Amino acid sequence: MNNWMIALPEIVLAVTGLAILIIGVLRKQDAVLVCTMLAIGGFLVAGLLVLNGARGIGYNGQFVADSFSSFNKILILVGASLAAILSLDFNHQQKIERFEYPVLLLLATVGMMIMVSASNLMTLYLGLELQSLSLYVLAAFARDDLRSSEAGLKYFVLGGLASGLLLYGISLVYGFSGTMDFARLATLLTNPAVASPGLIVGVVFVLVGLAFKVSAVPFHMWTPDVYEGAPTSVTVFFATAPKVAAMGLLLRVMCSPFGHLLAAWQSLIVIVSIASMVLGAFAAIGQTNIKRLMAYSSIGHMGYALAGLAVGTAEGVRGVLVYMTIYVIMTAGTFACIIAMRRQGRAVEQISDLSGLATNDPFLAMLLAGFMFSLAGIPLLAGFFAKLYVFLAAVQGGLWTLAVVGVLSSVVGAFYYIRIIKVMYFDAAAGAFDRRAPSLSLVAGITGLATALFFLFPSPVVDAANVAAHALFR
Amino acid sequence: MGFPLLSLITWLPMVGVIFMLTIRGDEKTVASNARWTALWTSLIVMLISLVIWVKFDRSSAGFQFVEDVAWLPEYKVGYKMGVDGISVLFVLLSTVLTPICILASWESIQTKVREFMIAFLILETMMVGMFCALDFVVFYMFFEAVLIPMYLIIGVWGGPRRVYAAVKFFLYTLTGSVLMLLALLAMWLQAGTTDIPTLMHTTFAAGTQKWLFLAFFASFAVKVPMWPVHTWLPDAHVEAPTAGSVILAGVLLKMGAYGFIRFSIPMLPDASAYFAPFVFTLSVVAVIYTSLVALAQEDMKKLIAYSSVAHMGVVTIGLFTFNEQGIQGGLFMMLSHGVVSAALFLIVGVIYDRIHTREIARYGGLADRMPGYALAFMLFAMASCGLPGTAGFVGEFLVIVGALKINFWLATLGGAGMILGAAYTLYLYRRVIFGRITRDDLRHIMDLSPREWLVFAPLIVLTLWMGIYPSSFTGFWDASVAAMVKQHTAALAESVKLAGGLH
Repeated sequence: MNNWMIALPEIVLAVTGLAILIIGVLRKQDAVLVCTMLAIGGFLVAGLLVLNGARGIGYNGQFVADSFSSFNKILILVGASLAAILSLDFNHQQKIERFEYPVLLLLATVGMMIMVSASNLMTLYLGLELQSLSLYVLAAFARDDLRSSEAGLKYFVLGGLASGLLLYGISLVYGFSGTMDFARLATLLTNPAVASPGLIVGVVFVLVGLAFKVSAVPFHMWTPDVYEGAPTSVTVFFATAPKVAAMGLLLRVMCSPFGHLLAAWQSLIVIVSIASMVLGAFAAIGQTNIKRLMAYSSIGHMGYALAGLAVGTAEGVRGVLVYMTIYVIMTAGTFACIIAMRRQGRAVEQISDLSGLATNDPFLAMLLAGFMFSLAGIPLLAGFFAKLYVFLAAVQGGLWTLAVVGVLSSVVGAFYYIRIIKVMYFDAAAGAFDRRAPSLSLVAGITGLATALFFLFPSPVVDAANVAAHALFR
Repeated sequence: MGFPLLSLITWLPMVGVIFMLTIRGDEKTVASNARWTALWTSLIVMLISLVIWVKFDRSSAGFQFVEDVAWLPEYKVGYKMGVDGISVLFVLLSTVLTPICILASWESIQTKVREFMIAFLILETMMVGMFCALDFVVFYMFFEAVLIPMYLIIGVWGGPRRVYAAVKFFLYTLTGSVLMLLALLAMWLQAGTTDIPTLMHTTFAAGTQKWLFLAFFASFAVKVPMWPVHTWLPDAHVEAPTAGSVILAGVLLKMGAYGFIRFSIPMLPDASAYFAPFVFTLSVVAVIYTSLVALAQEDMKKLIAYSSVAHMGVVTIGLFTFNEQGIQGGLFMMLSHGVVSAALFLIVGVIYDRIHTREIARYGGLADRMPGYALAFMLFAMASCGLPGTAGFVGEFLVIVGALKINFWLATLGGAGMILGAAYTLYLYRRVIFGRITRDDLRHIMDLSPREWLVFAPLIVLTLWMGIYPSSFTGFWDASVAAMVKQHTAALAESVKLAGGLH
């Protein structure tokens, strides 16, 4: 087996991206639609290739394809596809439809897939930068909109800082260990006593850089502004795929090369996790803009997911993976509903704009209410299972403080989620929204169904996550 | 495994929900069809659940009608359903009260009728599922999912301060529940399974038990509700629509007490014994304090809400005596309170529908214009204060007998609730029913309509039946309670022996 085959999905996607660039330039009519469809087609093919592709380590140990990377890649592709579908109508309405959009989406996706497949700190950085550069541009995609440009600039400056910290950490790790290869680092650190303080500092810097990418407290500052400023079609992408990729990367780096240093980084992750859960819960209460609210919500959710990582066992990683799966579905659905908030052709994004939605549009209100209950973690809905597996792992690992703070902050979080339901169901009706595009109803409907019925068939996701998690701990 | 009867009655309301979602037409057609669909669905569920009444083997202490389907096999979590003597009557209580509630909301709910009926049927699924669940995870899911429909019922169809009440209800109960989730996880990890019958026979270390008990207590005490975490209840009751109050008082309050008897007492015997004085203290405070508060209420629903807290205090005294009389009394009290307080909220609903106020001072002299109503009210008022021959007496009597075995003062103070109960109930009755009519709108008030008689008839029959011939109800749980008490005593003796061995 030629070892380049293990990167086939990434190669296919990259080539598709280049092809779309050419088609987009040459085609005069409905270039955006064709390009987006091609991109979604590319995601689909890549997904099939990931499922059936070769496994193993290749490119001189730079790149690994295992069940962990496959799980994350599928999730990234799902998130990216949903974001692509949701962008169709929104970009058209906002008059920002340009064929570069699907290309950037696609290249960012390639970067993410490389991130979760990295088995060397250098590959990690390459993937991360490919992703980040595409995302900076996407954040500023509505270039005539002041808020969007501001979001792009903020994201770029802070993202650049985080990348710098990450790179600094990588160089420290390299300097103190003499290798960037995950497998060799793992062997080297089998006895944690040999790790020099410099190496630990390097690990902390790497952790900081990655915590920035998952928007965990205290590196979350960019999130609300970028979420709010970026076009909503971009925000939905930010909230799903890159989070999965960064979390996947964090899991692999912490558990695979630095797994034996658990004692050194566990308390850091615990603190970051608790801080994210608490800040996500409390800071969201005061928000009036639903996109900002979702930003704080996602900070909180990353805190819950990190609780699984803090345990540092296969059970913990399984919990994180299940969490991310459900999180992607719920978030994509919520944003589909947010994109549907449009009056007289103008996108509205205040929570008060939702008032009386249950009267005007019972279908949309029911879906959004379902997502909110699910994000709050109320049982029978998928969000409950996400929390269940994470807290199960945390309790198993004896992290009681984390578990208690976690469940209590989920109650605080429930307050602002049910406030949205209150606005929709209990308040007097405001003006009706414009007609939804069918693509929005499709995405919201499918994700809503998945959220509501997850409890019937949890096994496939949980089993796959289990296999993926154990791949990290071989 | 036989026919999945319990799953059928649990999930059948969902079929009605799906059917209602497909109804098309103008608002009036949808409303009328939704009402009939909900009524028929709940009636069919009730009829099917009566099969359980007939076929239940009263001599057995074990679980019956058991269904077990693999759900998350690698974590030993199954979709397991079954009822024993303790839970079976609460399943029936839920299925009987639901059609009554739907009938009671026939005319009082005029906006978003379909959504209301959908919420109610979902609520029925959650309640029945919770009492049938024999797996802890399944139990927890139903237990907490009840919040969703109830939050919407209070918030959408409630009174002026409904938003405050709904949010308070939601957050109070959720806070308790999430702590129980942690206890669930801890037990799951230690026992390796969430199968409730297995957990009942798993011994937890004494230190662990205390923490587990406190986590459970956080959840169940809020649900019961026990003093001092009862403050959500008056708000929720006052703002909820009549049917919401009925189900809240009739069934949802029983979930907490059911949790105590299903989880805390059998699974954590040492901690239960350790914390029993604490529970007694809170219960006695609840009985006396909330009875006095009830005496001072101006709002009928609030008065009945506070009386519910007092009655549930008697229930918790009974359950934590750990002897047969006490537990039987507690269970009977739960059942009778489920019928009687539900009926009292319906009674308030009747005049609220006519005059649109619940202020006691606005009424008076109703006996003149509404003799039938006065009769029904009298029966339920008497049952509420525990007159012999009505449902309320048997439970209170047994609890007092059980409590006497523990401590004289416990029985006395707990029994004081009966006296205070008579005081506030009769005072309420006098102010509303007797006296002279002074208000103009009361001169033309109509007596109970045939539909309302239909609503009250089953409750009247049940109240008298439970009071006159209680054995047809206690017969269900005799064996289960005896087995439970025996196991509890044995477990305590065992740990005493262990402790003795250590010295």
